[in-house]
Amino acid sequence: METGASHSLPTIPVMLTVNGERHRFELHPWVTLLDLLRGPLQLTGTKKGCDQGQCGACTVLIDGERINSCLKLAASLDGAEITTIEGLGTPENMHPLQKAFLDHDAYQCGYCTPGQICSAAGLLAEGHARSRAEIRELMSGNLCRCGAYTNIVDAVEEVLGHQAALREAAE
Amino acid sequence: MRPFDYTRAETVRDAVAALVANPEAQLLAGGTNLVDLMKYDVAHPAAIIDINHLPLRQIEELPDGSLRIGALVSNAAVAHNPRIRERYPLLASAILAGASPQLRNAATTGGNLLQRTRCYYFYDPASPCNKRQPGSGCSAIGGVNRIHAILGASDKCIAVHPSDMCVALAALAAIVEVEGPEGRRDIPFAEFHRLPGDHPERDNTLSQGEMVLAVRLEGNHFVPHHSYLKLRDRLSFAFALVSVAAAMDIADGEIIDLRVALGGVAHMPWRDSLAEAEFAGAPPTEETFRKVAARLLAGAKGQGGNDFKIPLAHRAIVRALSQAAAGTPQDQTVKAFQ
Repeated sequence: METGASHSLPTIPVMLTVNGERHRFELHPWVTLLDLLRGPLQLTGTKKGCDQGQCGACTVLIDGERINSCLKLAASLDGAEITTIEGLGTPENMHPLQKAFLDHDAYQCGYCTPGQICSAAGLLAEGHARSRAEIRELMSGNLCRCGAYTNIVDAVEEVLGHQAALREAAE
Repeated sequence: MRPFDYTRAETVRDAVAALVANPEAQLLAGGTNLVDLMKYDVAHPAAIIDINHLPLRQIEELPDGSLRIGALVSNAAVAHNPRIRERYPLLASAILAGASPQLRNAATTGGNLLQRTRCYYFYDPASPCNKRQPGSGCSAIGGVNRIHAILGASDKCIAVHPSDMCVALAALAAIVEVEGPEGRRDIPFAEFHRLPGDHPERDNTLSQGEMVLAVRLEGNHFVPHHSYLKLRDRLSFAFALVSVAAAMDIADGEIIDLRVALGGVAHMPWRDSLAEAEFAGAPPTEETFRKVAARLLAGAKGQGGNDFKIPLAHRAIVRALSQAAAGTPQDQTVKAFQ
């Protein structure tokens, strides 16, 4: 059992599957998913930007949906499956979005990048973006202080295009 | 965040009983507003009742053809639901105008109704605020009030309700189903939120121990003639300065049923059904829509920093009604005026 809790305050049992691995925690109820990931689990790819749901740097996939992990109490997610940037791909076996972000130089300082990529993975799964304008609108929950937006949209557009081409080839 | 007790409600009855037992408790659904307010120490509930396991995640069609949206259905799930898109495109459009995709995935239907104002002073525990701390004063009156109310404000509070979804629900005259210690009741949408008056700490008309179960949509769908127009400081992911949910029925060149609800201008989604009724039989022209705007804004009052909202709202009403009449609703992706 993993615990990041002091002993004087009550804790809640929480089961989570993180990047395919099951974990059982005893958590204070005020621990956010973001702090659980970055603290006890040492998955520091997920970033803490504003901690208020405004910047998107903490975006992860919860049961396949992109969510701001800073606004989720981990205790409320009992039984959920979480995918972070570490679970999307590895340096040896990158997710197509990770490769596209490299190919398009879709970042400068890189702090927002894990959230951008997790958000883009959610966007692709949702299937509502077809045009460049729709990619821009549906990536609006992820801010980039370096202003790499043009290349971010290029990277997402490329992977979206590959997906569409694959679907057409299959039909 | 301050420590709190945490329990998971297994049934609606459990949740209501827990709320009744502890007036300092609050329900947790998507958390997108409550957790944020707890981090700011604006909300500091002694206990959190997690309702995420309650069976309120369905959008059902009732025998009379109305749609019942469970309180825990996410904003994204409502906006992308095929039946909602087909029958209530105004609602889908308003939801997609709000927040970000991540927040819409987490935020729930009930939570959207219950979200608190984004007034800067409400969010700042160091400032007097009658909504946060009754009797402490209103810092926005005479302060920085660019985003504040032009309609229905009081000398105690000039905050606005921040929702987009609720503006569409007001125009569509939705019904809110609630359950409390006295059982279930329906609240017409126009009676769910309230004006600040002398009690700005109360955002709505729920009684102690009551919780939202569902939102019901019945009657007119306004599919051919609707538009949700939202004006804000940037094109995406910002709260409305002014928004308009416009809908109408037109027959033989006359307006039969007119609906106009405004967001970003009052303590609640602003709708005046008496004013709307005055335009039955009028032609759906820009001249009529200018009269509608003048009528709805007749009592508007600026606070200095938000004076610009009065002409902005006037033009937004005319624009949204023109879009609705023409059957060309505002696109929520390409927001440049066509």
